[in-house]
Amino acid sequence: MWVYILKFEIDNHADLDRNIILATQAGLPLVAEPYQQIAEQLNIDVEVLQQRLTTMLNDGRIRRIGAVPNHYKLGYTSNGMTVWDVPDELIYELGERVGKMTFVSHCYQRPRFLPDWPYNLFAMVHGHNHEEVLEKTEKITALLGDNCRAHDILFSTKILKKTGIRIGVKS
Amino acid sequence: MDELDRKIINRLQLNFPICDHPFAVVADELGTNEADLISRLEQLSEKKYLTRFGPLYNADNFGGSVSLCAMAVSENDFDFVTEKVNAHPQVAHNYQRDHALNMWFVIATESQNELEEIIKKIEGETGLPVKNMPKLHEFYVGLYFEV
Repeated sequence: MWVYILKFEIDNHADLDRNIILATQAGLPLVAEPYQQIAEQLNIDVEVLQQRLTTMLNDGRIRRIGAVPNHYKLGYTSNGMTVWDVPDELIYELGERVGKMTFVSHCYQRPRFLPDWPYNLFAMVHGHNHEEVLEKTEKITALLGDNCRAHDILFSTKILKKTGIRIGVKS
Repeated sequence: MDELDRKIINRLQLNFPICDHPFAVVADELGTNEADLISRLEQLSEKKYLTRFGPLYNADNFGGSVSLCAMAVSENDFDFVTEKVNAHPQVAHNYQRDHALNMWFVIATESQNELEEIIKKIEGETGLPVKNMPKLHEFYVGLYFEV
């Protein structure tokens, strides 16, 4: 029932929500009344805009409203994508535990590509330098114990592109 | 960057209020005023301490498709392949990593078909296979950098 209502709610406002996303995905204006400015741009009431944003926050379409710091500039210059081969039957339990570690920013199950890519659990680890990332990775190794059959760590060596996810773009 | 700037960055990684004067609300919490907070945010953005400020949308919940893709690219071809991959606006970010699979990029599209088309295009343009690694389950996403 709840799912039905949620779907109806989304369908009923799909165009409006899409316009709101297009108007805000690059960011909010740094003015005293940012929502008012966006609402005027979209020719809607600011109350409607605030209500749609609240709805999208509550149903998970918006993860949060806030700032994304440039982690390189803040000194977190090392990032390691740690990848793990754990038994499929334990991945939910292990993934939840790894995801809860404070230094893990993203944690996902992804498909393996056997034989050369046996890893099914990904956890992104950030640090001020490689040593810090390696120390943190050791903690994941310890947590997984014998359930880890193989693992690797892929340090980023260069950002080739970073524009963020946008909708409404075409090749 | 002073102590207040650091507090601002930490505070604004958490939820920004939805109300008529949201900067005034946050400024009050941090012991400053609306105009000062806005001008500091302008400075922080200009100096690139912040890459974005606003709603962070979860592309999964819109019926769109997002996937992490990996390629093994030779050193000689690296710049050429980077150019081809990055030229697609659906490629949100792209990182070089120290592994045989040395190019890792995220593609975000409004449909699964479009995602598959982009992958085929990239394979055609570069002559290299793309490993498509969509997430099967999300355990955690929450970037927070204390400064």
